[in-house]
Amino acid sequence: MSTAAAATASAVTTSTLATGKSQDRNLTSLVFLGALWFSLFFGVVVLFALIVDTAISGADRFDKELFTQYTQSFDPERAEALAATGRDPKDLSAAYTGFKSGIVGSVILMITTALMAIPLGVAAAVYLEEFSSKTSRFSRIVEVNLQNLAAVPAVIYGMLAASLMAAVGAERGIAIGGAVALSLLILPVVIITTREALRSVPDEIRQGSLALGATVWQTTWRQTLPSAVPGIATGTILGLSRAIGEAAPLVMIGFGAINFAPELPYITSKIEAFPLEIYDAAQSSREIVRQAASAGIIVLLAMILGMNALAIIIRNKFQRSW
Amino acid sequence: MTALTQPSPPSGAGSAPVLTARPRRGEAVIKAALVTAAGASVLVTAGILFAVLEPAIEFFRRVPAGEFFTADTDSSYAVFPLIMGTGMTTVIALMVAVPIGLGAAMYLSEYASKRARKWLKPTVELLAGVPSVVYGFFAVFFVIPVVLQDWLGLEISAYNPLGGGLVLGVMIIPTVASLSEDALSAVPLALRQGSLAMGANRMQTTLRVVFPAALSGIAAAVVLGVSRAVGETMIVLMACGSIKNTSLDPGEGHETMTGTIARTALGESPVESTEYKYLFAVALLLFVITFVMNMISIAIVRRFRQAY
Repeated sequence: MSTAAAATASAVTTSTLATGKSQDRNLTSLVFLGALWFSLFFGVVVLFALIVDTAISGADRFDKELFTQYTQSFDPERAEALAATGRDPKDLSAAYTGFKSGIVGSVILMITTALMAIPLGVAAAVYLEEFSSKTSRFSRIVEVNLQNLAAVPAVIYGMLAASLMAAVGAERGIAIGGAVALSLLILPVVIITTREALRSVPDEIRQGSLALGATVWQTTWRQTLPSAVPGIATGTILGLSRAIGEAAPLVMIGFGAINFAPELPYITSKIEAFPLEIYDAAQSSREIVRQAASAGIIVLLAMILGMNALAIIIRNKFQRSW
Repeated sequence: MTALTQPSPPSGAGSAPVLTARPRRGEAVIKAALVTAAGASVLVTAGILFAVLEPAIEFFRRVPAGEFFTADTDSSYAVFPLIMGTGMTTVIALMVAVPIGLGAAMYLSEYASKRARKWLKPTVELLAGVPSVVYGFFAVFFVIPVVLQDWLGLEISAYNPLGGGLVLGVMIIPTVASLSEDALSAVPLALRQGSLAMGANRMQTTLRVVFPAALSGIAAAVVLGVSRAVGETMIVLMACGSIKNTSLDPGEGHETMTGTIARTALGESPVESTEYKYLFAVALLLFVITFVMNMISIAIVRRFRQAY
């Protein structure tokens, strides 16, 4: 009886609250509902306009050179082909702009960032969720601090990383500096999503493990963390997809204008980042370079949407509901 | 909803009794490592303060504070024109993000079924995933020349806070929407039932009962939106122009705080120069502004959360 009542109670949500339908059908209500629909789909419409407009202006540049050439590379064959179509000769020197250094650089940055941010973030979250008491002064300070860090402007993270690199005497513009900036930037995201994933693991699992004599750490390592992996993976992929599109902190680190492939070891090599390369191309006075920027944007968006889709797939496929 | 009807169970093993018979050294080490990781986030904040404060102090040693806190656009270190630019972009962004974010939140929380919400929420949040460089490009090559100049026929310059602010607003819609939705759906169901029982329809319930009850949470969402807008760099760098300007016309180019920071860093000024130190003074101000905003947001949420 009581379970049936509980089931009914939990089935009641705002959307299923019984209302007289006729009451919701007057003019003002319908206008209001229309306005809500508008705000709901406004973003999608803007995003659609953005993608269509950019794809059209970059349509000529969806070729393999976009991935295999460096910015403003010159290729005699391509230049000749362009000259034959009667293009401005000034365009010729930039006829073949591609984003190889940016794409390679961003992949290196991503991997380095993941290697730094994920262990640190997960460890911090594990401590806050599984070890510390919620009311202790330390965890309260950390909590407020995390909320604050999550809203610190991205440029400022770049400044912090720049001064860290300067303090250890590293060169400006090297991969590790950018990775430090991006790791610090996504650290709050990783910690917050990991905590949520850990929180959704039911307490019975922990209690069962503890009752069998496992320590808190054994419980965390063998029971709680494995159960929370899908949630953690989703959150960190979303964090990384934010990091891959960031340009502002990398500006502060001194990234930019690298027209060669990075050398081993990659982390101390000077590299370029994809979004920053797009920014440079967008500032160009040459139409043909801006076209490449448009095509580059579509590639960048595809990478980010791909990461988001991966995150959603992981969540839907592996997340258990208890 | 469930969080309200039943108290959430205590989470975390920390609350469970620990009955280990003998101490395990390895685990002490692990625990120490975990504490260090958690403490690292506090170090990051300290690091930011130090990294920004030191050069900023150096700047004020070289340049009198009066030359920094001035609206005189001839002074190369004036900060008020930058604050003007940032303020203007932020206000325009909020004029887009607050109504639209709130509308989306109201639909998701009050009208959408559970299944619809599962699909609609990610579409709103998709906007947060688009890189700011892409938004900046969109502002410069589509919103300003096509929408504002061609379609609406406005006489505005090629780079201006109007276009930048509108696009910035689109970018922060998800921030406002998702926090407002949390606030709206935290309002107890009984309030809605009461209102509906009195004969109010759904719109009246949403606007006159649920909205006022969630106002503190919505205020926190808006404040966080402000701090996002103030700190955003690439859009304003690309779209708002580079002229120090104190006019109130959003159609003219205005340099902003973050725009100055990025432009100086991209430029050729040597790291030890006063121009370069200047960007840290601006960054310090920016950090203080966003910090205060976040604290206000946290305080609002904390203060009014226990209302139900």
